[in-house]
Amino acid sequence: MEKNDHDDKQGNGYSRRGFMQFIGVGAGVVGASLLSPPLRRPLKAEDVGTIFPASEMVKVRLAVNGTVHAVLVEPRWSLLYVLREIIGMTGTKIGCDRGECGACTVLIDDVPRYSCMTLAVEAENRTITTVEGLMKGEELGPVQTAFVETDAFQCGYCTSGQIMAVEGLLRKVESPSPEEIRLGCSGNLCRCGAYPNIFAAAGKAAQLKSK
Amino acid sequence: MATRDKIYYTEGLPVPETPDLGTQPAFWKKTDLVGKPIPRVDAYERVSGTAVYPSDILLPNMIYAAILRCPHPHARVKKIDIAEAGKMPGVRAVITGDSKEAKGVKWKYRDMEVPLFDSHCRFEGEVVAAVAADSWYQARDAAQAIKVDYEVLPFVVDYERSLDVSVPRVQEKGNLLSEDTYSRGDVEKGFAEADIVLEQTYHTQCELHTPLELHGCVANWDGDRLTVWESSQGVFAVQSRVAEALNLPLSKVRASGHYMGGGFGSKLWPGKYTVISAMLARKAARPVKMLLSREETYLCAGNRPAGTMRIKAGVRKDGTITAIDFDCIGPSGAYPAGGVQLVDWLARDLYLCANVRTRGRDVLINAGPARPFRAPGHPQGAWALEQMIDELAKAIDMDPVQLRLKNVPLKSQAREGTPPYTSTGLRQCLEKGAEKFDWQASLERIRKFNEQNNHLRRGIGMGACLWVAGGGGPPSTVVIKLFRDGSINLNMGASDIGTGTKTIMAQVAAEELGVQPAIIQIENADTATTQYATPSGGSKTVPTEAPTVRNAAIALKQELLAAAAEDMEVPEDELEYIGDEIIWSRDAAKRLRITEVSRLKKRGVMIGTGYRGPNPADKVVNPFAAHFCELEVNILSGEINIIRFLGVHDSGRVMNRMTFDNQVYGGIVMGIGFGLTESRQLDERQTGRLCNKNWHDYKLPTAMDVPLEITSLPIELDDPESNNTGAKGLGEPVTIPTAAAIANALCMATGVRFTRAPVSPMEVVRKLSERKEG
Ligand code: FES
Ligand code: FES
Repeated sequence: MEKNDHDDKQGNGYSRRGFMQFIGVGAGVVGASLLSPPLRRPLKAEDVGTIFPASEMVKVRLAVNGTVHAVLVEPRWSLLYVLREIIGMTGTKIGCDRGECGACTVLIDDVPRYSCMTLAVEAENRTITTVEGLMKGEELGPVQTAFVETDAFQCGYCTSGQIMAVEGLLRKVESPSPEEIRLGCSGNLCRCGAYPNIFAAAGKAAQLKSK
Repeated sequence: MATRDKIYYTEGLPVPETPDLGTQPAFWKKTDLVGKPIPRVDAYERVSGTAVYPSDILLPNMIYAAILRCPHPHARVKKIDIAEAGKMPGVRAVITGDSKEAKGVKWKYRDMEVPLFDSHCRFEGEVVAAVAADSWYQARDAAQAIKVDYEVLPFVVDYERSLDVSVPRVQEKGNLLSEDTYSRGDVEKGFAEADIVLEQTYHTQCELHTPLELHGCVANWDGDRLTVWESSQGVFAVQSRVAEALNLPLSKVRASGHYMGGGFGSKLWPGKYTVISAMLARKAARPVKMLLSREETYLCAGNRPAGTMRIKAGVRKDGTITAIDFDCIGPSGAYPAGGVQLVDWLARDLYLCANVRTRGRDVLINAGPARPFRAPGHPQGAWALEQMIDELAKAIDMDPVQLRLKNVPLKSQAREGTPPYTSTGLRQCLEKGAEKFDWQASLERIRKFNEQNNHLRRGIGMGACLWVAGGGGPPSTVVIKLFRDGSINLNMGASDIGTGTKTIMAQVAAEELGVQPAIIQIENADTATTQYATPSGGSKTVPTEAPTVRNAAIALKQELLAAAAEDMEVPEDELEYIGDEIIWSRDAAKRLRITEVSRLKKRGVMIGTGYRGPNPADKVVNPFAAHFCELEVNILSGEINIIRFLGVHDSGRVMNRMTFDNQVYGGIVMGIGFGLTESRQLDERQTGRLCNKNWHDYKLPTAMDVPLEITSLPIELDDPESNNTGAKGLGEPVTIPTAAAIANALCMATGVRFTRAPVSPMEVVRKLSERKEG
């Protein structure tokens, strides 16, 4: 049972999930996310009977912004699809659905992740935060406010992902250096090229948060 | 030549006439709100996640669509078998070229009309079949389960070989789509008069728009009325193309897209997918959401065509450019799409030159058709021309900024009758830019740096441009509604594609009406509730819509003054509109609040309608710019690190300093991609297929690739002749000379001319080792 022992060691050795985490977040938080445990505990050989056929719906409980949603999903559905099309929270955007752009970034247990590369079933029993979850009632949170004040977007489609990347960074590092900010945003593409203002927003958000 | 400016206005679109306003309001000498760095009026919606983009639309009973596309660059569909797909779980509609609803439905590529489902597939990614099913996943599964029997045909995807006799024909008439020539003066004589004549061939690669929001739409039928929410730069273009394809009256097609996640030209009009979504929605009797996959957008949502440009130019020692001969070839793709459109424009018009000859050949290849891409033709043309100008300067031992300054035109030489520009800020862009960039001192500093002779070399470079359009123009109609409580609704057809259009229009209306922008609610980009506007693109949106908004505000004020004159029983021309009050000029004590005007109180609303007046006759409105760049090259690894960038822009009046600077940064970032990393890779020899249809393999600039120091310097010239706001376009010039400036800096750093964009580290190493051996 050597294999199982190995599997049980979290964050050890190469795993597909580990790889997904690596490409799934800005490089600045890569260190943090690689150290964070994989989303779902690895299955043991004897658990095999619980694997569902792809077309069969399973019930998952997703804790999104403090509210638990019980939803029926196909095991292959991404968290992104379930958030947007099933639960109806469309603040999280879809740019590629293949882990390249970061438009779909959400926080899972405070760590930025690509929700298109996360299965909904993987996200069960985790704390999921989306851009809607940064609001304080009707008021914008500090990162959102900083984005407005520094004009850190143009079309605005990458923006919720950028905001979540910055939020995740600031939850890890209180006042990041310019280089840390760049790294923290590097997993999020902005085709409009608003990067200079996004960096400024991150700096400003750090100030607003510390107030 | 006039039609050259019209690409964003009328191409394929019926355009209504706009009446002349008759009078022009006075030019603003001083403004209170216009120009101020006011945060965007829709910023809250965009950062809170509440803005509903077309891809966010959710309707009850909505289902999802997917398209099956031809995997070959050239093939004929022989047989399609949908039996299995039709029985798959969740599937509600399947449409192919054999379906009865597809019969007779046409699609247009410019003037060429083809069946919407064409069994002759001329590019990888051509539509073959479409499916709608309950979930996104089911739709994709079912599309994959459709069995297609293809007759695979020989192909050509290398545009430089497309005119060879032995290559397959993309269209029956052959692969030369058009040949366009231009000439003024006598080029041969010009070369004879030159002290130096240089000739060089430059290449640029095919660039893909890839806006963050996928191309797509939601289509819904309500009886015989169709509503389409489309991620679009122009909802009226969506309306007219869909109505035409489905043979519906315009009134029965509502196109809407209040927000949109980027387009850069690729969303100026809808795609086949839009019509197909409507057909699927009708067949399934459900609303249908269709989002193309990212891979599909690489195949069929347009591109900036690759180009080969040969340029020969002569110069005298005093800096007079005596002749330019420019020849270019580029591919439209498989259908007419402007393969070399405007590539030669800068060679024709940017610098003083009496003798110019150009030729452009637009060819066909078996690849996805082009679409206009931010400043069509110009970044390519600048890549060739602006490097050549630097070479000429070096050859006559003149500073490249000086050589450009010697040749600043005040007239458009390439247009009929050489009309003057309303303003030419090129001189100021060059002078102020060189000063701000510390050009002279930097040259010295860098020479010293490079003498240390380690593996790092530095260079500075610059490039300049104009943009052929950017003056805006009719048609446009805007309505401003004043409600009983004094709040205002600004109703405008144009989309805000991320440039801040809505914010700027709120500033213009607020300036004219003397109110705070916050009380103005903007209603835009919806064919059912707003008036006709041309698609937002070509740097024409602000210079088109801002004067129209101003006219609407003035019309509303006139309405109010007339109504107040009745209430106050004084002559209308003795009344003044100040802030939210109407005051009698003879006795300021006699005043009336706007909300007290009885006509407004009784009717509940008063409106002002504005139209876009004509542009000045016999004058040309063009923006100008210069970009300056400093970079560092690792001559061992070929790595290029851009250290600082300066964008200097004459776009007339700065309407909002914050969104202005943001455009400049964004254009520079995109230009860095064009110059250094972005390139569509077609497998020319073996399969003809696109090898890098994703963002991992097709690399956009990321947060790690942009210079930390990036500066915007506006040259604000009064231009009262351009239009009544004095604003010229900005969105295109910001990305035109960027790549050329990088190339010129690279040349200074390495001593080697890089003629092929993008310049990869491998290319740097290859060229440098070539030089060592040579
Ligand atoms: S949509 Fe998830 S990374 Fe692009
Ligand atoms: S704001 Fe448009 S992609 Fe970032």
